[in-house]
Formats: sequence, structure tokens, C-alpha cells
Amino acid sequence: MKVLVPIKRVVDYNVKVRAKSDETGPDLANVKMAINPFCEIAVEEAVRLKESETASEVIAVSIGTNACQEQLRTALALGADRAILIETEIEVEPLGVAKLLKAVVEKETPDLIILGKQAIDDDSNQTGQMLASLLSYAQGTFASEIKIEDEKINVTREVDGGLQTVSLNLPAVVTTDLRLNEPRYASLPNIMKAKKKPLDTLTPEELNVDASPRIETLKVSPPPERAAGVIVENVDELVEKLKNEAKVIS
Amino acid sequence: MSILVVAEHDNEELKGATLNTITAAKEIGSEIDLLVAGFSCDSVVEQACSIPGIGKVLLADSESYKNCLAENIGKLVSEVGKDYSHILTPATSNGKNFMPRVAALLDVSQISEIISVISDDTFERPIYAGNCIATVKSLDSIKVITVRATGFDDCDAEGGSAPREILDLDSNLGISSFVSEELAESDRPELTSADVVISGGRGMQNGENFKLLEGIADKLGAAIGASRAAVDSGFVPNDMQVGQTGKIVAPNLYIAVGISGAIQHLAGMKDSKIIVAINKDEDAPIFQVADYGLVADLFEALPELESKL
Repeated sequence: MKVLVPIKRVVDYNVKVRAKSDETGPDLANVKMAINPFCEIAVEEAVRLKESETASEVIAVSIGTNACQEQLRTALALGADRAILIETEIEVEPLGVAKLLKAVVEKETPDLIILGKQAIDDDSNQTGQMLASLLSYAQGTFASEIKIEDEKINVTREVDGGLQTVSLNLPAVVTTDLRLNEPRYASLPNIMKAKKKPLDTLTPEELNVDASPRIETLKVSPPPERAAGVIVENVDELVEKLKNEAKVIS
Repeated sequence: MSILVVAEHDNEELKGATLNTITAAKEIGSEIDLLVAGFSCDSVVEQACSIPGIGKVLLADSESYKNCLAENIGKLVSEVGKDYSHILTPATSNGKNFMPRVAALLDVSQISEIISVISDDTFERPIYAGNCIATVKSLDSIKVITVRATGFDDCDAEGGSAPREILDLDSNLGISSFVSEELAESDRPELTSADVVISGGRGMQNGENFKLLEGIADKLGAAIGASRAAVDSGFVPNDMQVGQTGKIVAPNLYIAVGISGAIQHLAGMKDSKIIVAINKDEDAPIFQVADYGLVADLFEALPELESKL
């Protein structure tokens, strides 16, 4: 089976992003970029399917500027076979991303698409579901375990009260949660090998997709600041403050 | 302006987040219908009809909707919702699951996890783990929105008498089915709606030590949460995770124990009214957001705190 893994280039998760002082957007000057952590889990899961001989080919795809090649090379170093970059200068929203990915799916006809449940920049948590919807595929979101049997996939999902398992017809879309796996580190020889793996570039125009934005960002501002608190000396003082000052316990 | 709110429920009980979502809807407009999609969910419909300010309660009752399969619910909501100007649902794991399918079927964008309403087409939502707040304007004809419950008060649940309308729509796509469910059984309040939350982090050292939080939780009627580090280390299950990628909470009192205060944890709890941090590392970032900080060894502080409550 063929597995498609869409990935996103985002600000590294250790960076604390601040709004620009003129509130026109987040201040991303000179920040470290990385593959979105949930996308990394998706790549790992796909590579494991290949290692267990369930999958025959793993294709990584990303949408964005030329710089996304860096994250595609990371995916190739982790074990993906080839990569596709859909190059665009505009910031594509989840609906546009889903439409572009649908066009790639129609071209590549994968049996399974695994992607991150959410990107840690816009925190939208939409793309996988939208892609499944546009393709009329079933979806297993927030996956902590997957099992492929015959023409179906069983996905165990992290839901509010615990876990839910669903059975989906293939082809299907799976979005990853944290506990699905622990991604490996790319070894130096694999990083070298990744440089020689194929990476094709396409454009939204070539795929005949209109990915223009539907949402206008009017401003990006800092969140309300919390006033600095106090350090209490001991448990007695803490209990006293909570009772008499904050009045949150009785 | 007509607004469709999709109710969150478990076929027995209407979930509280629905009430916060209705408050958000009321800030957008006054014509609000509530859709209940489920199976044998009469008690939910009764609760829905008694919410004041609802035009009508639409009921789609079918086995296809029993387990909230996103494929079937998404199709239903897109068919019912196409005649509305806004479709809202709480940003719970269910809402996050089906709502983007609705938006894609209607060929509109979704605005995820709004925390305030500026006007009928402009909303505020957190991005970058809540480190920035984006004000966004939807250019689409239908606004598809998920609502972060902690951003809005809950509306009254009693006093209304909305009529019910039964929908004859059974959209079973037949591509997915429910297999099983393992829901944590607990006598404690639900994490996202509790008045008091006490959470443990990596400093708890193991899952066994979370028992130290239980005595305090019992005395305060608190829910127990955890940081992603504690979940990643396998101390406790993921449904206890508070943070950017877990649950978002905003209780009256949040007690963070042995939690350093990583960005992604703060994103899930920094709107709490009062924050208490107990940590032996006085430089831990959690103290920067805490109203009351106690620099102490949690293994000494917790038993003492329990005995003094």
C-alpha cells in the first residue's frame, strides 16, 4: 500500500512567539523553523508501516515556500521514499491545503493518508478532516494506535473522556496524536542519503486549485498579561491566602 | 442572521460546553436553533428545549448518529446548516472531529476555537499556543465556527420552552463504524468544567505519586489534570492532559504541582482565575503566571496541604 504524509513547516515548538509591536502579525524574524511535531509523528508512523512491509511507498508532501524543502528533506531522512513540494508564496488556509492535497491524492492514489492533528502555529486542527470530507473518505482523528486488516483500518482515538476505536474503509485519513509513537532521530548516513531522494515541485496552478484565503487577519495582539503574583513562605500562608484573600476555598 | 448550534451530548445528557456555545451564539445574533443529532436521546432533547432563547430544537434521531461518527454527523450538519448564516459547536474532541467536514462540504473556511465575538463576521482566537490572539474576519457566506468553552460564560439552562422539530434525515455514509470505547470512570468532576483543578507534572516522578493529589482533590471537589510531560512519561493517560494539545481549562482555582510551566501547558490553563504553583525550582516559569507560588518539595507540601484544608 501507498502512504501519503502531508507535513508542515512551522516555528520550532520551543520558541515563544510574540506579536509584533504594530500588531500586524506574529514576530517570526530569525526564529528557528522545524517540522510540526505532529507531522513528525505521522512520518514515523508511515515509515514503521513500510518497515513492517504493510506499506510499499511513503510519499511526503508539503505546501509553502521553497524553504519547505528543508522539512521535506527531514522527512526523507526519517525514511520517506520521495517528496513533493507544492510551491506557493501565499499563506494557504486549511481549506486550501485540503484542496491541494486532494489534487495530489487524485494523482498519487494512496491507500492511506497520515497527517498531524494540528499545526502548532495556527492551532486550527482542520486539514485532515477537510481532506477526508472532500474525498468522501472516512477519518480517524487524534489517533493513538492504528491497525490495518484487509481493506480496513482500526483507529484508536484520544477523545475527551478516554479512548474510542473506530473501523474505517480504506482509503482513509488518519490524524496523529502524541502517543501514537515516538519519532526517531535521523542518522547522519540517512541525512546524506535523503539529499539524493527525489523531490518534485508543483504549483497550485498546475494542480488547478484555487487556494486563495477566505479569512482576513485584522490584527495579532499579545494575550492579556497576568499580574505578577506573590511567593508564599509555607503551606499555612498559602491556605490562609486562598481562604481570605482569593476566597476560592472555604 | 440565523444561527445553528450543534449540541454536544452523550445521548443521555446535554454537555455543559453547549451552554457556553449558545452564549457565543447570542453575541452574534438572536435567532438561534439547536440541533441534537443522536440516537434515543429524548432526555437530551428535553434539556435542550428548556434552554431559554432557542427558536427551535431540531432532532435527528438515528443509529447513524449514535457514536458521533464524523462522516455521518458532518454530512447531516452540512445539509441542515446550509440555510443558516452561522454554524457553531463547542471545540470538544467531537466538535473538532466533525466540524471541519461540515466546512469542507459547504466550501467555506472554519474558524477554530473562538474566545470572543467582535461582530457577526469577526472573532478572536488564540494562535501559537495562546501566545498571540488573532482577530480574524470571515469572508465566507456561512461562518463555520468552533467555540472554546472557557472563553464564554454558560447561558441559563432552565426556563425556556422551545418547540422541537423532527428531521427526517439519515445520512449514513457507510464508510466508518464504531468498534469500542474505553471511557475513564471517575466520581470527580469533568476536567473542562470543574471549579477547581489540581494538576501534576514531571515532578510527580511516577503515576503512583498522583495519589498525593487525590486527597486534596477530594477535599476541594477538584478534577485532576496533568502536564504533557507527565503524560509523555507514561504517568497518567492522555485524557488528563491540560495544554495546547490537550484540554483547555479555566477553573476558579488551578493548582500546578511539580509542573515547570512549558509554553504548551500554560496555553491550557492560564485563563484560570487563581493559579497556585508548587515547585521546588524557584526559577520555574510557572511562577511567572502564578498568583501564589510555593517553593517547596511537593512530597512534603502535598500531605501538609491535604491535612490543612
